[in-house]
Amino acid sequence: MSTAAAPAIVSHAEPANRVPYALVLPAAMVFVGAVVIPLVMTIVLSFNNWSQYRGIEPVFILKNWIEVFSDPYYAEMFWRTFRFAALATVITAVFGAPEAYILNRMSPRWRGLFLLLILGPLLISVVARTLGWALLFGGNNGLVNKLLMSAGILTSPIRFMFTETGVVVALAHVMMPFMVLSVWAALQRIDPQIEHAAMSLGAGPVTILRRIILPQIMPGVLSGGIIVFSLAASAFATPAIIGGRRLKVASTLAYDEFLNTLNWPLGAVVAVLLLIALVLIVVGCNALVERRYAEVFR
Amino acid sequence: MSRNGPIALIFHTCFVIFMLAPIVVVCLVAFTPDGYLSLPTHGFSLRWFSAIARYPEFVEAFWTSLLLGGISSCVTILLAVPAALAIARYRFFGRDALATLFLSPLMIPHVVLGIAFLRFFTSIGVAGTFPALLIAHVVVIFPFALRLTLTAATGFDRSLEMAAMSLGATGFTLFRRITLPLILPGVISGWALAFIQSFDDLTMTVFLAAPGLETLPVRMFLYIQDNIDPLVSSVSACVIAVTMGALILLDRLYGLDRVLVGKTDRGH
Repeated sequence: MSTAAAPAIVSHAEPANRVPYALVLPAAMVFVGAVVIPLVMTIVLSFNNWSQYRGIEPVFILKNWIEVFSDPYYAEMFWRTFRFAALATVITAVFGAPEAYILNRMSPRWRGLFLLLILGPLLISVVARTLGWALLFGGNNGLVNKLLMSAGILTSPIRFMFTETGVVVALAHVMMPFMVLSVWAALQRIDPQIEHAAMSLGAGPVTILRRIILPQIMPGVLSGGIIVFSLAASAFATPAIIGGRRLKVASTLAYDEFLNTLNWPLGAVVAVLLLIALVLIVVGCNALVERRYAEVFR
Repeated sequence: MSRNGPIALIFHTCFVIFMLAPIVVVCLVAFTPDGYLSLPTHGFSLRWFSAIARYPEFVEAFWTSLLLGGISSCVTILLAVPAALAIARYRFFGRDALATLFLSPLMIPHVVLGIAFLRFFTSIGVAGTFPALLIAHVVVIFPFALRLTLTAATGFDRSLEMAAMSLGATGFTLFRRITLPLILPGVISGWALAFIQSFDDLTMTVFLAAPGLETLPVRMFLYIQDNIDPLVSSVSACVIAVTMGALILLDRLYGLDRVLVGKTDRGH
């Protein structure tokens, strides 16, 4: 901060030190009332009892937690959630990072157009995008199967609807813009002169990619990966529509417990576990990335 | 100037096709003249668009979504602008904690927020009402509005304000005549992004929607769970058209990558 700006802040704040508090008060009240209290209530709910006939009883028991930890059904469901999210993350990294690099090398006019086309879907309703995949997958004679078979990649149609492959492909599509955006942001910070310098020193394209570009966009790939993973692990519309009722993930299971079975305490356990797992993974990965690439985040 | 080679361009073409295919297919199927799911291979028809009018639940859900998005994004902006000004300009106790709290809906999965809201609103007896839905939407879209207004409030020239102050402008006049016009592009983009987020939200809203109070994404989701037909494609095509309009506006106004990244370049 320059010294010239300092007196202005003092004079601005002079009327009373209460000014900033008055400014944030309305928003702070909404957030304490409608975020902090509901979250605490959900954690309490997960320790309540529930029975078919008596509903939710406000007692403190560990029944629901023990059930989730002992029944292998839940372990399998959480493992499936993790697997979908991890696969979607890998796919977005493998395809999204090169695409961001290609975009960055385009002339500004084309770059603007394609950035709009690739990032635009981010703001289009997830339901509409997932519906598109449901239409493309169809049954055995869906468009994707026809295309893959005419290209000679497949000899017989494979099922996409209600399968893991279908969910992962659709999830990767829904999350792709986040990865492109993240790598794109990392590329904006690179000095193109470094690439030219490497070239003038005789480095070939493969060496430049491996030694210059990859290390510099890696923080972007990793932070994009963290965003994609956490959003994919808690995605709802895509696994619900493409996965159907059989391929349950954490969010669709919690939805069922809350709105169909009405076993709210059990649903609350699943939700709280999902939240804890994601916070641990995201915070852990962030710390790793920032330590490994401390010099990039200066 | 480096150029993309042929392999890069082939990859790029496939990538763009992959990104656009589902959206294009939804729009194409919406124009089918047939009574079942098919691509319009023999002529286009608007029959499925006019069919929407015969399903009042879609029309009603659309108005609910529009009203909810409109009101919640305006409420959000009214809360976010003062909060952003406070966070951008003052150092006060609890500032970082508050900023973290305000951005927390980005970190907390929407399914968890939906459950927490459902539990909270049920216990205070307002579940399934419009005000409950409104508060929930304000919370979820607040971080998007805050980030853009914060960027605008951090990155402008304070000397203009100082000049106005030396000429005797204070308080609300200073804000209305100097500060607001300067941060307006950020505020409008924040409002538009907040509106789109509210208009599109499914995961959180699906827990709070009640019969007669369903937003369009919720209505579409529940419909798709039962059956997929050209009708829901034509509804989706309308949603895509509305979003595309807002998107192009945002891009012209502020630059799409800036809106989505929500920060200016670090280097400056």
